[in-house]
Amino acid sequence: MILGMDFTFLNKYWFYYANGLKLTLQLAFWTLILASIIGIAMGMVRAQNYKFISLIIDGFINFIRGIPIMVQVFIVYYGIASQLPQFWAAVASLSVNSSVYIAEHTRAGMQAVNKGQMEAARCIGMSKLEANWYIIIPQAIKNILPSLCNEFILLIKNTSIVSVIALHELTYTSNSVRANTFLAYEPLIVTAVIYFVITYTIKKLVGILERRLHAHD
Amino acid sequence: MTKEKDVIIQVKGLKKSFGSLEVLKGLDVEIDRGEVVVVIGPSGSGKSTFLRCLNLLESPTAGDILFHGKSILGKGLNLDEYREKFGMVFQLFNLFENLSVLDNVTIGPRKVKKIPKEEAEKQAMGLLKRVGLDNKADAYPSQLSGGQKQRVAIARTLAMEPEVILFDEATSALDPEMVGEVLQIMRQLAEDGMTMVVVTHEMGFAREVGDRLIFMDGGYIVEEGDPKNVIANPQHQRTKNFLSKML
Repeated sequence: MILGMDFTFLNKYWFYYANGLKLTLQLAFWTLILASIIGIAMGMVRAQNYKFISLIIDGFINFIRGIPIMVQVFIVYYGIASQLPQFWAAVASLSVNSSVYIAEHTRAGMQAVNKGQMEAARCIGMSKLEANWYIIIPQAIKNILPSLCNEFILLIKNTSIVSVIALHELTYTSNSVRANTFLAYEPLIVTAVIYFVITYTIKKLVGILERRLHAHD
Repeated sequence: MTKEKDVIIQVKGLKKSFGSLEVLKGLDVEIDRGEVVVVIGPSGSGKSTFLRCLNLLESPTAGDILFHGKSILGKGLNLDEYREKFGMVFQLFNLFENLSVLDNVTIGPRKVKKIPKEEAEKQAMGLLKRVGLDNKADAYPSQLSGGQKQRVAIARTLAMEPEVILFDEATSALDPEMVGEVLQIMRQLAEDGMTMVVVTHEMGFAREVGDRLIFMDGGYIVEEGDPKNVIANPQHQRTKNFLSKML
């Protein structure tokens, strides 16, 4: 008993959480990879300021940003990706959602790199692509790591949304536990602690990476 | 007339506008191999824009630039290959912040010229020694003083073995006691026969090292000639006014 709460239900229901956690981590993993690829690519292209492409990307970003994520999940699940398995429909909609934020961070991070860096690279004969690859992007990654970390944490928390399309991830399973045990409160506390441990671990890992990258400053 | 084979760069009627602002209003310049051309003039006179047009960091609005007699503004020119032949040293150094001193110098030869790593590093260490910074090879730009950064930037430029080096106010952002070390290296380069176009406010350098002085004002070349003559005996009122403030 902690603060008058009873956690003995865990003896019987821990594997609900284990399964839910497993699915949440799978969702987060694939979303993180897909969202990063789409988002970083979109942000890098956007940072080049090609007029027509920028217009399209900005439009897309604003469009996605303006729609609640739960509505997006429903639209993808029942509409656009209705042919996909449930899991991949969820990954698709979560990825698209996160990718637009990652794109914005990437664009800002690249544009924050001093203009002189690109000029100096061009002056030693590098193409724009080479200059971006060897000089601009490594510096941009350092710039955007803290905001990417935030984005990854948000992304993990957002996976709870897909419980609305009956994916048995952590939030969904904790509701099942509540229904089975008639405990309104305690199962949610357990869920909250698990989410916190995951997100805090991510924050710490990114922190280590950041310190490594900043070792030369 | 200069003999054709000695002329590396010919600038003809060069104009450059930014929007409605015309910064260069028609420049004609010839630069010979091994010549040190010093460009002076007040802020906003177009000196830096002139340099940046030479290596096409800015694209000219009108006029032409010939490199070894061939226009660099025509289509079909490989811009990256052309830029390789022009080194540029910036006022704010622009060392690659994410790379060590050694990598700053080797990245051009390795990635652009495809020279093997060991060879590039051997050459780089030689160049760093020449600018007195071989002991800083593993340092990062943020750990260097301004003067050291600029010396590395010069080594980085030399590593590409350019035909011409453009200096864009290379000493203007330096503390006074560091100006000397950078000028000393520039002086050496000039003695070694490097073709240089130098935008500067260092009149001493202009007088002693320059083969030719160009005074620009308001987007025009107002006066040009032997530095000693121009400085001692300027012909135009604007040159006189400018020099009286500088000396």
